Amino acid sequence: MAAADRKDTTEQAEFRKQCQKWLKANHPGRPPVQLPQGALELSDPAALQWLQQWQKSAYDGGLIGCDYPLDVGGGGKENCQGIANQEMQKAKTPYLPNIIGMGMAAPTIFFHCQDEVKAELLPKLLSGEEIWCQGFSEPGAGSDLANQQTFAEKDGDNWVINGHKVWTSLAHFADWMILLCRTDKSDKYNGLSYFAVPIKAALGKGVTVQPLIKMTGQTGFNEVLFDNLVISDRYRMDDVGAGWKVAMTTLAHERGAGPLVTPASGGMAIEEESGVSAGNIGSLISLAKQQHRGSGRAADDASLRDEIMKLMIRQEALRQNSRRAGVPELTDHPMRIPLQGKLVGTELNQDIAETAYRIEGAASTLYVNDPNAPAAGQWPLAYMNSFGVTIAAGANEIQRNILGERVLGLAKSK
Amino acid sequence: MAVEPKNFGFGEDETMLRDSARKFMSDHCSTDKLHSLVASDYQIDRDNLCLWDQSLWQQIVELGWPAVCVPEANGGIGMPLVAAVALAEEIGKAGFPSPLLSIFNSTFVLRACDSAAAHQALASIAGGKTMTLAITNAAGSWHSDHTDVEVNKDGSLTGNAYFVQDARKCEQFLVSARGDKGVGLYLVDASASGLTLIPDSIVDLTRDQAHLSFSDVAAVEMASPGKGSDAIANAIPAILCIVSADMVGAGEWLLQTTVEYAKTRIQFDHPLGFFQAVKHPLVNVMLQIDNAKSLTYHAASAFDHVPENAERSARMAKSEASDMAVFSSSRAVQFHGGIGFTWECYVHLFFKRQMHNQVMYGDAKYQRTHLANSIMGPAD
Repeated sequence: MAAADRKDTTEQAEFRKQCQKWLKANHPGRPPVQLPQGALELSDPAALQWLQQWQKSAYDGGLIGCDYPLDVGGGGKENCQGIANQEMQKAKTPYLPNIIGMGMAAPTIFFHCQDEVKAELLPKLLSGEEIWCQGFSEPGAGSDLANQQTFAEKDGDNWVINGHKVWTSLAHFADWMILLCRTDKSDKYNGLSYFAVPIKAALGKGVTVQPLIKMTGQTGFNEVLFDNLVISDRYRMDDVGAGWKVAMTTLAHERGAGPLVTPASGGMAIEEESGVSAGNIGSLISLAKQQHRGSGRAADDASLRDEIMKLMIRQEALRQNSRRAGVPELTDHPMRIPLQGKLVGTELNQDIAETAYRIEGAASTLYVNDPNAPAAGQWPLAYMNSFGVTIAAGANEIQRNILGERVLGLAKSK
Repeated sequence: MAVEPKNFGFGEDETMLRDSARKFMSDHCSTDKLHSLVASDYQIDRDNLCLWDQSLWQQIVELGWPAVCVPEANGGIGMPLVAAVALAEEIGKAGFPSPLLSIFNSTFVLRACDSAAAHQALASIAGGKTMTLAITNAAGSWHSDHTDVEVNKDGSLTGNAYFVQDARKCEQFLVSARGDKGVGLYLVDASASGLTLIPDSIVDLTRDQAHLSFSDVAAVEMASPGKGSDAIANAIPAILCIVSADMVGAGEWLLQTTVEYAKTRIQFDHPLGFFQAVKHPLVNVMLQIDNAKSLTYHAASAFDHVPENAERSARMAKSEASDMAVFSSSRAVQFHGGIGFTWECYVHLFFKRQMHNQVMYGDAKYQRTHLANSIMGPAD
């Protein structure tokens, strides 16, 4: 880890020390309730509450929102969020619950809202006191995101919203939603506008949130129905008709390619007894040493050994690519590596989970509620869940279009 | 504790060297020129000639590239491995026929010998003399301890070395040979009596390769029996980085050339790249090139700064680069369609270079077997 410490600026070096000191004194320890594999799967209010306390404490400690200006509730620092993230990862802290708020809503609000709205929304977003969700996908607008049908109609200083959003993670807990919708039916792209919508306050009064059940049998995401919901024009982001441009800010940050670094904490073993955590080749190797295959161990199977090494190499490449992305002289096109991040990371985790499935052999048939399931059945669960992220945020097929068109300059596919 | 620099060690000097090499290659070594130099005779029973531009090579010697990794104490420039990697990438991108990479490989083996004679040999490289490794046996083993050459009682060499790269472009051979206490390393002059060079007839048009036959050939000891195999093993990570960098460069040429074709070739009223059956695999080629490139830089920077991690990192790089070499070249031919299958299309030059590269010093699976043994322990 010492390599990461190299070449910190004076401000960064000092901040890193502060983070280390703060984390030593304020690590939240083990959760009192079982946490799901990630924030998007949260369904137990007690788990959410405990994680919100952790986020608030880390925010008060100065580890979250470090690079946002002071007057919007940030830390007023420069290039320090990455340092805080590294230190939180090293300290194996729990993940942060307001993941959509910090990763997508915050940069969008910051770049597109009026100043007083930024000051109203960002402090409680960064502290995790107010949870955010994202209203982009619709039954008829998945990969073809601009095909929005949810409609906002101007009514004096207000907007009246009607429509149907789907796959809305965290909506069942969310106070706010970032909403992309249509304000002009005559123009596909220039007819879109973007709003911050206070949904919790309007539950039962124009907003209905209903759970959708994933293939895993778990919930975690929802559909959201708008029926004549009235919101103030002050929550519009950027101009009427500029929604697509604003959405690009959201998506760039969602894909890890935006100018602001998303606060990220993690590394706390979710299931210490199972050792399952996505992206962990070490746990794959331990699994292979425990599981039988034929008369020997899975770890002795030549083809599985080769596959595990392939995954390890891809994981190392991901790390080294992000290192190289930070050296402008070593990148031919500035977006070439950043635009790969979502695609490469999600496919790697999917392939790791799928390989674990095969390492487990016959026992991979056993699911989370079976006492004999290896690793408490978390690998089949992780594999199924992995499709959430290869599909979300622009399916990986769309990511390949984006890379082919923006980086390689190939003709736009329809 | 030793640490790797964030920029992989690409400082101002290394970047400047890379940029000047890039300019030199685009000024002097166009693919047009390469094709007319090495592919003017397509006949399968053509004469086995060693085709390279020796006057251009003289310019490269004057620019000092062969001496970049020779220590300053031996008259070289004393730059780190990443400098050689940067040059190898540009050489690969141009498919440039030259002994430069063989000289780099020899340099790193000699540096690991650390004997007075090896220092002299390094000085000869700094002085512009060419050199290549003759360390592979008839079975094509990449193990540092395997050789079909023996050291005679009087110190001369007898036996055979195979798969010697750039053999006809080199004035000296660094030969591994078995003595009483194991494998040593010996320098042999290309004009030495008793040495016969039998050129291989190879697929790759941008290289030459030969089998050397030794019969009581006079040689100078660089590393004594037992120490030679250690020197080779120490240099292996550097050798893997250099060949990987060549593949990264050639891969980028294949990608960009195929992308250009996919922008201009129209079928069904659209450029080829409009179709996702072409676009998506080209993106996959790009992803794999980036993986191979970052892993190669990482391995080179480990070799320079954290040597204990170098072998593992270099085997990862060579594994990814070899897989990428096969994939980038196969997609380039396939997406060029009928024309890509012809001799007149330049793609085959790089296809053949990649297929040659991917197997050198162990293909992808070979590297992963080594990695698995070191990381997971041997299989039962």
